[in-house]
Amino acid sequence: MAKIVTREEMAQGTIILNEIEAPRISRKAKPGQFVILQADETGERIPLTMADTDPEKGTITIIYMVVGKSTARFKDLKVGDEYYALIGPLGAPTHIEKVGKVVCVGGGTGIAVLHPITRALKEAGNEVTTILGSRSYDLLIMEEKMRNASHNFHICTDDGSEGHHGFVTDVLKDVLEKDDIDMVVAIGPIPMMKFCSLITKEKNVKTLVSLNPIMVDGTGMCGCCRVTVGGDTKFACVDGPEFDAHKVDFDELAKRLASYLEDEKTSMDAYKNCKIQ
Amino acid sequence: MAEKKPKKEKTPRAKMPEQNPDIRRRNFEEVPLGLTPEMAIAEAKRCLQCKKPLCVDGCPVSVGIPGFIKLIAEGDFSGAANKLWERNALPAVCGRVCPQEEQCEGRCIVGKKGQPVAIGYLERFAADYERKNGSGGVPAVEGKTGKKIAVIGSGPSGLTVAGDLLLKGHEVTIFEAFHKPGGVLVYGIPEFRLPKEIVASEVATLEKMGANIDCNTVVGASVTIDELFEEGYDAAYIGVGAGLPRFMNIAGENLIGIYSANEYLTRTNLMKGYLFPEYDTPIARGKNVVVLGAGNVAMDSARTAMRLGADSVKVVYRRSRDEMPAREEELHHAQEEKIEFVLLTNPTQFFGDENGRLTGMECLKMELGEPDDSGRRRPVPIKGSEYRFDCDLVVVSVGSNANPLLTNSTPNLNLNRWGNIVADPVTGKTSKKGVWAGGDIVTGAATVILAMGAGRAAANSMHDYLTIGW
Repeated sequence: MAKIVTREEMAQGTIILNEIEAPRISRKAKPGQFVILQADETGERIPLTMADTDPEKGTITIIYMVVGKSTARFKDLKVGDEYYALIGPLGAPTHIEKVGKVVCVGGGTGIAVLHPITRALKEAGNEVTTILGSRSYDLLIMEEKMRNASHNFHICTDDGSEGHHGFVTDVLKDVLEKDDIDMVVAIGPIPMMKFCSLITKEKNVKTLVSLNPIMVDGTGMCGCCRVTVGGDTKFACVDGPEFDAHKVDFDELAKRLASYLEDEKTSMDAYKNCKIQ
Repeated sequence: MAEKKPKKEKTPRAKMPEQNPDIRRRNFEEVPLGLTPEMAIAEAKRCLQCKKPLCVDGCPVSVGIPGFIKLIAEGDFSGAANKLWERNALPAVCGRVCPQEEQCEGRCIVGKKGQPVAIGYLERFAADYERKNGSGGVPAVEGKTGKKIAVIGSGPSGLTVAGDLLLKGHEVTIFEAFHKPGGVLVYGIPEFRLPKEIVASEVATLEKMGANIDCNTVVGASVTIDELFEEGYDAAYIGVGAGLPRFMNIAGENLIGIYSANEYLTRTNLMKGYLFPEYDTPIARGKNVVVLGAGNVAMDSARTAMRLGADSVKVVYRRSRDEMPAREEELHHAQEEKIEFVLLTNPTQFFGDENGRLTGMECLKMELGEPDDSGRRRPVPIKGSEYRFDCDLVVVSVGSNANPLLTNSTPNLNLNRWGNIVADPVTGKTSKKGVWAGGDIVTGAATVILAMGAGRAAANSMHDYLTIGW
């Protein structure tokens, strides 16, 4: 169980794709839901929103950026290796319905999370405009899949190596000016989601974001993932991970994500030393 | 004239050897060290072997107490362990965490005039002896019935149901959401109170009896109860625990450094944060720690914080010492370990720095007023008594609400207005055919042994259902 059947390196090896055997989860999972993975008995429990599922094959796909020790350990796993623990599907699925014109904005590995949602929104009969952003074109992931899941498609790069030279927010503003948009879904780094949300709030366009706070159990038991939404405390693992962007306290979320910065460095340094030896 | 027989010297109740408080408050090793065989035999001989033993009535799972104690008195420790297993799948756990003073020992006749027989110590002794020196044998299982049972949750009530139904020859699969079985025994109760090796050993006994243990399966998310029935299960028991932690709902509660007790203990115990960075999951090591609440979980949190290197640990509680709900033994152990009780005090807000990290809090003094619905005197705020102090870690241990993850995905399962499952108090039957429930998901947060008692009752009722009908 939880055996890796496909492994790809993307974005110059900074982002990894794993397709994993998980028959039960693959049959149940809906767009927007996540799983929790643990590399081995001493590992951390890491939540990742699924990028794809294949119920017939009995697999799920996750895509993650290598940022610390836990994801570095994930990266070490080869095809045929098994995760020590994999649970899911967790969290509330995205509410998919036909609302009209939808804009999907994605950045970094948020694009992976956005993919099944975008596809489902298109299948539900929406006109989908997708805006993807990355620092540089060689770091952009899932371009073809996202293009296929959309009617209109834009790329933005910070360095101008492809598409619009600048941020996704520039293109989002443009699209909102030119067209009557019914809903925006923005998934990516916190600053991206925060600034998309500020823009759509001005235009009063309903906006969803998918949040990625630190979690432990992922089933509502610990409260580690609490976020402030509309002044109330919510647990992202059971109340989310998707929320109304206009109500989310992004600054608090960003701070809470930095809770263990020192420990993460200690852990990564020890791991690097260990690998060198 | 016959010489007057000298009055027989009464043996005093055995005193449990313990780690020295000044040493143990900085390590995670178990606090009580266990009785020696000599001490156990002497203690067992204090038992009067009552014909109508009240101690058994006081036990939620009706352990044959005089019987196992008699075997200890005779030096047959393995026999005593086997006697315990007849009624209790988890004797090494119960010997450690049951509130014996309210149950078996509370009813003991010897205790009417002096100190009751130390039944808990003896139970622990026999179970530990068998684990370390026994043959590794397991209780005899009856012939196979061909019936399949799903036990959802591997905490104390689920393990009890599993043990009882295995004995009766049913096929049992235990579903656990976490990567290790044991529920609260593993994620909640700390190593120094219940070594995890003991839980693993009790679970291993169930596996030897034939239990399948399916970890990493979140029933309600990975699979529903109705799908389990479709897969061929004949009956299901829900023992998923209480679930969602409560917070105080006061300003600043999402600052970094404020944990629910569930998170604090799960990171430390299940994820072994106290062994970071050998284990990857970090846990904040506060210097000035405050624990809010005064139950057993609060004491576990406070004593954990001390072991993680705190300079000071305060338990802040809005009522007085007499109302603290933790067991006396836990309160006593905490105080021995230099944990300070700040009573008649209620938190009002938390303060943090520009990085969102906790720096301090404000509290309000209380006084006791008229009794409330619970019969305890209601704490009333003293106006203008607010005061501030510094702290860098707070553990909120004020109870939990029912987790809706499983119940939301299960049609025809009646819940009360708090979201707890409604189950028959005698049999544990729910409103859904073929489904029983017990433990904290029914009662709200309670004790290990009450959950086990509910498991025992449900297992009997499930056996009747499987052999007679609903």
